[in-house]
Amino acid sequence: MLRTLFSFPGGIKPDPHKEASARTPIAPVPLPERLVLPLRQSAGIAPLPTVRVGERVKKGQVVAAAEQWISASLHAPTSGKVADIGNYPLAHPSGLPAPAIVIEADGLDEWQERQPLDWQNLAPQAVLRYLQQSGVVGLGGAVFPSHVKLDTEARIEELIINGAECEPYITCDDRLMRERAAEIVSGIALLRDLTGARQTLIAIENNKPEAIRAMRGAISEHRENFAVITLPTRYPAGSLRQLVYALTGKRAPSNVLPTAMNVQCFNVATVHSIWRATAHGEPVVRRVVTVSGNVRAPKNWEAPIGMSMTALLQLSEPFSDTDGLIVGGPMMGLSLPLTNAPITKGSNCLIARSPRIFPPRPPESPCIRCTACAQACPQGLQPFELYWWSRARNFDKAADYALAECIECGCCAYVCPAAIPLVHYFRFAKGELAAAAREQKMADSAKSRFEFRQFRAEREKAEKAEKLAKAAAAQAAKQALAAATKSATFEEQAQNAVASSQEERH
Amino acid sequence: MDILTAIAVMALGALLLGAALGYAAIRFKVEGNPVTDKINAILPQTQCGQCGFPGCKPYAEAIASGKAEINLCPPGGNEGARKLAELLGRDYAPLADEVKTEKKRVVAVIVEDRCIGCTLCIQACPVDAIVGAARQMHTVVEALCTGCELCLKPCPVECIDMRALPETPETWRWPEVERRGIKARGQRLESMAAC
Amino acid sequence: MTSYLFLLIGAVLVNNIILVQILGLCPFMGVSKKLETAYGMGAATTFVLTLATGASFIIDHYLLIPAGLEYLRTLSFIVTIAAIVQLTEMVIAKTSPLLQQVLGIYLPLITTNCAVLGVPLINISHRHGFVESLVFGAGSAIGFSLVLVLFAGIRERVDTADVPQPFKGAAIAMITAGLMSLAFMGFAGLDR
Repeated sequence: MLRTLFSFPGGIKPDPHKEASARTPIAPVPLPERLVLPLRQSAGIAPLPTVRVGERVKKGQVVAAAEQWISASLHAPTSGKVADIGNYPLAHPSGLPAPAIVIEADGLDEWQERQPLDWQNLAPQAVLRYLQQSGVVGLGGAVFPSHVKLDTEARIEELIINGAECEPYITCDDRLMRERAAEIVSGIALLRDLTGARQTLIAIENNKPEAIRAMRGAISEHRENFAVITLPTRYPAGSLRQLVYALTGKRAPSNVLPTAMNVQCFNVATVHSIWRATAHGEPVVRRVVTVSGNVRAPKNWEAPIGMSMTALLQLSEPFSDTDGLIVGGPMMGLSLPLTNAPITKGSNCLIARSPRIFPPRPPESPCIRCTACAQACPQGLQPFELYWWSRARNFDKAADYALAECIECGCCAYVCPAAIPLVHYFRFAKGELAAAAREQKMADSAKSRFEFRQFRAEREKAEKAEKLAKAAAAQAAKQALAAATKSATFEEQAQNAVASSQEERH
Repeated sequence: MDILTAIAVMALGALLLGAALGYAAIRFKVEGNPVTDKINAILPQTQCGQCGFPGCKPYAEAIASGKAEINLCPPGGNEGARKLAELLGRDYAPLADEVKTEKKRVVAVIVEDRCIGCTLCIQACPVDAIVGAARQMHTVVEALCTGCELCLKPCPVECIDMRALPETPETWRWPEVERRGIKARGQRLESMAAC
Repeated sequence: MTSYLFLLIGAVLVNNIILVQILGLCPFMGVSKKLETAYGMGAATTFVLTLATGASFIIDHYLLIPAGLEYLRTLSFIVTIAAIVQLTEMVIAKTSPLLQQVLGIYLPLITTNCAVLGVPLINISHRHGFVESLVFGAGSAIGFSLVLVLFAGIRERVDTADVPQPFKGAAIAMITAGLMSLAFMGFAGLDR
């Protein structure tokens, strides 16, 4: 099928480093003894634990349930006992601990009863609720709950399935498409029916010919009319905004949802997990993780959620000079020390770091405004301006230069001849802006509460004064009455006065 | 004669201009001070009174009328003083000595075992962040507390503690970039200047 | 008509009131720390300067010259300018109180801004007619605002730059002003 592709601005072509891990099939992981499940595994609100310490759980049983719409449930990745519910370190740049459920595996790996969902005969909302309860989130890395993306009034023109996988080293989607194309295509058909999309486009970069062949084969087998679009290899072609633009020519600022452009986009791994959830009744309890970099056996592992990252790394036999981990790709991932933090639904890749493969960044030298960063920016921003104002802590000015549109893809830092860690500056500035917005919101709410309190105090004062005035008026009326009747004796008058003063006191 | 004409001309001019200005003063009369609201929006609304004024709005009014410095607000911190300086075109000065120095955000926590339910703290809280009833245990709503410490004094049994909020991955922020190259260069320059 | 255009361009660029005539340096250095303030100051000065040239022409031609009181020029011009500045301040206080707060002392100081007094005096020494005076006044004011805004834009950026310690603050601002002045000298070539 012929289709004109639009070319997004900027982008880079880093060395892909994909062959090593793409060669071997996805391998199962020997069951770990202990699994740590951080509660917050998706964007939005963390689910709440539904199990108690010491309770026995089966594989696939809900251990934390989503209570809000923008949230997804969490399930036990294997059968065993809940050993602890407490704070455990995460794969997060802060290294701070966060609430998690720890499960000690009993080695049986016993599933709870699994039932396929009869989704064709259910209302769409019921299917969405089922996906939420199955813990389906975007497995590309953004971990946004999929059911929220599907919950839209907008008419979807193009359903885009993202198999671009543009970051170096990562091959988990590539292997998944090669090995499980049929399941992915079935999942796409389900999504097509749910969204009512007119057109379904599967985007794959042209450096994955086998995945393209596998997907095309599965599509013709299923007699579907999905189009597999071959994208020229250029980072970040797999980024949502860039992908939508490349395929449809539609562009919008970051605060406009894709659905407002009549487009919706899902990652291939997410589609696969949606199919597993609906056709096999299996919630998201495992994912494919690429382990690569400074290791003897780079490979894609199908690891249970909650497995320790170093334990997974050990399976690929890291070389002895490994001094750290990159979680995610080398462009956008987090560089961490060797950590016991668990694999979560968003961890698509672990790269063993060594000074040989990732030499330390040379010292930053001053920006001479060469604009190499602006030419590389796929969002059409001017990173040198953003850098200038972020460094000067003039965040409002940085916001004026559309800091919010930055997708932190790292192209600017990659091409910067002065070795300035631009993305770090932007993350810092974004964090400060977000914190300032939070504080402003708190201050506004404190102010309105303070003002209401003052209003209330004044109202109470006014009510009291009114009461007093009424009492005084009543007393005056009584006295007038007493004076008018004249027959009242002095004693009676005195009694009246005492009574009214008592009344006043009440 | 010349000198008389000169005086007459100048007097006439002055009279005309004076009349025009007098009319303008009535025509463009300004009520209140609209800058107050803008200043108030920058203040942190803790209503703590540490600036010496009974709440944020009175302090904002004092700044607007030029009666108070802009660096008296500890909860707003140096950052707040900087923002005020920018808004008003005044020179930035870090927090004044007479007020306490900048602090991290703290919230009041009621030690539940000791609380006798006297409601005194509820009456003292300027932002309605404490809930409870007479002879019932009180509690502070953490998200609403501004950390102003106004509830500490009225408490007869000293059951209120101020606690710093622990950092979580959600509130964590990326630190500022350490500038290795440029900083080193600057230091070299400074040492050269010292020579 | 073209002569007016030449006069205007000459006043804005070639004989720029700040960078070439070196008049009005007080607000130029004082109110150029922020772009927004520079816009406000530029607008206020433009208003005052244009009004002042018109008013001073009328006073000079219909009051001072007939009465033979040319020696009172400076005095009467200053009084007129002071009145116009007062008027401007009232208008700004009504329309943009924040701008008034930000301009602070520099707003009443327009009174003693030598550019505002200088332009009417130049007008008289060049024997400009009424319309010419107005065009020259407006041109000078536009030139003033243009340079003020340009300078404020540069200073905002320089403020955040790694300026060596001895040059921080006013020193680097003076150097910047000098370089801008050199650049504006280049417009002299337009005259030939």
